[in-house]
Amino acid sequence: MSTDFLYLVEVLINGLMAGVMYSLVALGFVLIFKASGIFNYAQGVMALFAALTLAGVMEGQVPFAHLINAVFGTEIHHFGWHVPALLAILLTVGVMVIFAWAVQRFVFRHLVGQEPIILFMATIGLAYFLEGVGDLMWGSDIKTLALGLPQGGSRWIEDMTAGMGGDDFYGFFIDKLDMVATVVAIILVASLIAFSQYTKHGRAMRAVADDHQAALSVGISLNFIWILVWSLAGFVALVAGIMWGAKSGVQFSLSLIALKALPVLMLGGFTSIPGAIVGGLIIGVGEKLFEFSVGPLIGGATENWFAYVLALVVLVFRPQGLFGEKIIERV
Amino acid sequence: MTMKKLAALAVTATIAAAPVMAELVIPDLSYRTGPYAAGGTPFSDGYQDYFNMLNARDGGIGGEMLRVLECETGYNTEKGVECYESTKGEGALVYQPLSTGITYQLIPKATADGIPLHTMGYGRTSAANGEVFNWVFNYPANYWDAASVMVNYLLAENGDSLEGKKIALVYHNSAYGKEPIRTLENLSAQHGFELTQLAVDHPGQEQKSQWLQIRRERPDYVLMWGWGVMNQVAVQEAANIGFPMENFIGNWWSGAEHDVTPAGAGANGYKSLNMNRIDANLPVFDDIKTHVHEAGNAAGDGTNVGKVLYTRGMYAAMLASEAIAKAQEIHGVADITPAMMRDGMEALELTAARMEELGMAGVGPEFSVSCQDHGGTGLGIVQQWDADAGQWNALTDYIAPDDAVTLPLVMEDSAAFAAENGIEAGCM
Amino acid sequence: MLYREAGDFKTSYAEDNQTFPIKFDRWRYWFVLAVAYLVIPFMINDYWANAIFVPFLIYAIAAIGLNILTGYCGQVSLGTGGFMAVGAYACYKLMTAFPEVNIIVHVILSGGITAAVGAAFGLPSLRIKGFYLAVATLAAQFFLVWLFNKVAWFYNYSASGQISAPERFVGGVAVTGPNTEAWAKYMICLVFVTICAIIARNLTRGTIGRTWMAIRDMDIAAEIIGVNPLKAKLLAFAVSSFFIGIAGALFFAVYLGAVEVGEAFGIQKSFLVLFMVIIGGLGSVFGSFAGAAFLVVLPVALKLIGVDLLGWPTDLVSHFQLVIIGALIMFFLIKEPHGLAQLWRLAKEKLRLWPFPY
Repeated sequence: MSTDFLYLVEVLINGLMAGVMYSLVALGFVLIFKASGIFNYAQGVMALFAALTLAGVMEGQVPFAHLINAVFGTEIHHFGWHVPALLAILLTVGVMVIFAWAVQRFVFRHLVGQEPIILFMATIGLAYFLEGVGDLMWGSDIKTLALGLPQGGSRWIEDMTAGMGGDDFYGFFIDKLDMVATVVAIILVASLIAFSQYTKHGRAMRAVADDHQAALSVGISLNFIWILVWSLAGFVALVAGIMWGAKSGVQFSLSLIALKALPVLMLGGFTSIPGAIVGGLIIGVGEKLFEFSVGPLIGGATENWFAYVLALVVLVFRPQGLFGEKIIERV
Repeated sequence: MTMKKLAALAVTATIAAAPVMAELVIPDLSYRTGPYAAGGTPFSDGYQDYFNMLNARDGGIGGEMLRVLECETGYNTEKGVECYESTKGEGALVYQPLSTGITYQLIPKATADGIPLHTMGYGRTSAANGEVFNWVFNYPANYWDAASVMVNYLLAENGDSLEGKKIALVYHNSAYGKEPIRTLENLSAQHGFELTQLAVDHPGQEQKSQWLQIRRERPDYVLMWGWGVMNQVAVQEAANIGFPMENFIGNWWSGAEHDVTPAGAGANGYKSLNMNRIDANLPVFDDIKTHVHEAGNAAGDGTNVGKVLYTRGMYAAMLASEAIAKAQEIHGVADITPAMMRDGMEALELTAARMEELGMAGVGPEFSVSCQDHGGTGLGIVQQWDADAGQWNALTDYIAPDDAVTLPLVMEDSAAFAAENGIEAGCM
Repeated sequence: MLYREAGDFKTSYAEDNQTFPIKFDRWRYWFVLAVAYLVIPFMINDYWANAIFVPFLIYAIAAIGLNILTGYCGQVSLGTGGFMAVGAYACYKLMTAFPEVNIIVHVILSGGITAAVGAAFGLPSLRIKGFYLAVATLAAQFFLVWLFNKVAWFYNYSASGQISAPERFVGGVAVTGPNTEAWAKYMICLVFVTICAIIARNLTRGTIGRTWMAIRDMDIAAEIIGVNPLKAKLLAFAVSSFFIGIAGALFFAVYLGAVEVGEAFGIQKSFLVLFMVIIGGLGSVFGSFAGAAFLVVLPVALKLIGVDLLGWPTDLVSHFQLVIIGALIMFFLIKEPHGLAQLWRLAKEKLRLWPFPY
């Protein structure tokens, strides 16, 4: 096989892996949009906040330390203990559930029945708010997540495949972290599907997504379902935050991964979980291939806009995305 | 020029005439929030701590107390404008914005208002030509010097020849990142190495394509112009593809502790430039700790002392305070104006003996500023990250850039600026 | 008692159709204009011009532009930052290519160029609706920013890719460049704002505005009653982009003087202008002003209170700033989803009945 072709395959594989990372973020959007029609821009900041909380809890950092020190003139920073990873994750999930409850109780309960754009704006307000709270609670320095996730290219795959091409082919590069992310994503999607198919609350969730009024009339508590959905989105955000944070450390820029998820959503449709996955894969492969083949000719760094243009082209032919519910307009 | 001079004089006159408090006002346009907070915080801590230390230990400079005005910009140009406007009326002596965007924005403004601007190792490189940029100083070094120092270092490593070598430049796709390209292109023609340019778009969270390309093309060296999250991801990705870290060299804004720690052991061996030497045991840090931190006046949370960017912020403050002392000496008054400050900066001369006296021996190279040359010597060291010890070690002494390459570029760019803005080059 | 229709008789169609049918409103309008034109220019200093008034006026133009598209025509756009960049770069190229032409002509031409670009990116709106369209306009945002960063022709091949505005004069007074007086900056923005607001107000009151609103309320129904959706939507994109382009040109030439495209016209700018429109009130010219004023003044006010008055560390203040702005946005949306303009409308209703409400 020619080396160029093998490299094309390598770019493809890595594009798929990158796509999985985008899907992880997009999943959270879909969950909330499906159940409540809210386009939750704060999903990226939720990932940042969840990862910050996890890192802070593990390190035994005192929340709001800077504020407390400034107000009371004290000098506290650390509790002096380290929390094991699993316990810290559980605690973080707890925080995200409390957050979900608070969001529902103080914000969206008062906005029921508003136009989608108003709800969207409210989530942007929420994003600002949460970003500020995250900074106040844990400080704005870069934190390292010591979860022991594997990093780096897999030597084994590299050695196994190195012989396939010529001398200038060095074997396929596949990041171990990406492989872990793929496995995690598969488990996450499988359990989400299992949850929504086979459990009482999952079925209630689907009922709410289908029709609020009908769900209410058979005795499903909308309030509870929405808290549940926000908690699930918080959990997905934590997973996305861990995966992305393992690469770059936990810092402000983590909240910008939301922008990577938007074209995925457009492409896959706002209401479809399989759409988020397939959309993510298509965007990942598409932008990597474009950068690989056309990028060098036009100066590179094309990924940011190409994802959107790709999604735009698809939308012109399918205005509801690939997997979205067909938009039926009646007069 | 006459109009400008008149305007500058008028502004200076109003500032001098206004009942300014007898204090030396130093604005600190810091950013402790936003995407670049991790870099902005230690720099600002160092900058403020040094001035506060001078106040507590020496009673200011020349008997005149210093007042640091901190203003948060969040690396945002519009906030930077607001900060500039709100502090300039207080009699600000010198601005140090630590942001390319705000620097470009302030160059014409500060020139018109007659307030010097010190863009230490960042901002507009051609401001080194003091005849065009009378009010802008970028000593001790600039980006084109940095590019040349890197190449000179590589030349020394390779027996003075880079013929046929492949060098890749990974850069932040912004004004800042594009700075070294022209210099490197000239150097590549001169030394016969092949240059590949890889742009990374803001913020730089996703760099797989760029690093896969590096892996395919196997360049001998990778140079990086990064800032913010781009640095951490690049170091991580380089480790991931198994690129030999000792052949990966960042510039001086890509070589702080927080850039390498997230990658853990993988970052071991990563190199970067530095325009100042770092040494956590400098006597000056003891002074800062006793006079500032123990008095409870630490800027920030006080945990950054001795770090790369903290040291650089402190170094910047030292350069500013030396210039103040120089200005006081030239004009014979303690309460100097921004115009006098400019004269002080232009006459600044830093010797090894003076740095030793200040308790920071060898922190920077020796250099002197003149009317023609606002750029200093452009020397830089190469440092390497030791992941086990968790510290940067200096590998080399100060390396000189190739002025024959950078100087014509500086002249060309500043001449273009002068033509575009109708500036007549000349000393003030 | 002062604010009522009663006793204010209209004797011609022209009077009946005027923008402000109530006498008190007309007085207030002339009073605001008089203060803006005759009082503020004589009192303004650098700080007030650069930190408050100039950004407020420029953002008001951008908000009016976006309000036409989003508030009147119902097409959500997140491409504002990209379109402002088109205006800014068009202005820069025109300023440097034809230095002898008056800057006012350049700014208007930049608006025209942006209108053409905006209409081109508006084409997908014929197929794509709602949030899908909002995200699709992000394609314009990212592509335009990338383009201006990449193609050296746009920034005249300068080493770093920054563009800076050379000095230009209107009637012998510098309005761009570092030596511009505060009042000159303020006045040129004010003139543009006034003209834009009058144009926008009258466009939206007339046939064109009504076709936009018909499209907004239900595009299929509008089509059935004879509105051409292609024409109406593209016109909305073009007119909206025209205003946004003017705002971008002023933002670059008058306000900042030097910009870097990714930093000044990034996605944050798109969100900021959309915020102004929604907090101010969708479908209201007054709301555009209110929203712009709110979001320009609030951060400065919070900073002044936190840092200068209370003496808190700057980083704590800016973290709190985020928390407070976020909380205020949510609070406003909960209390009054239709924005500040709706509060104003309610206040006027109350005033009409005062002092004898029923």
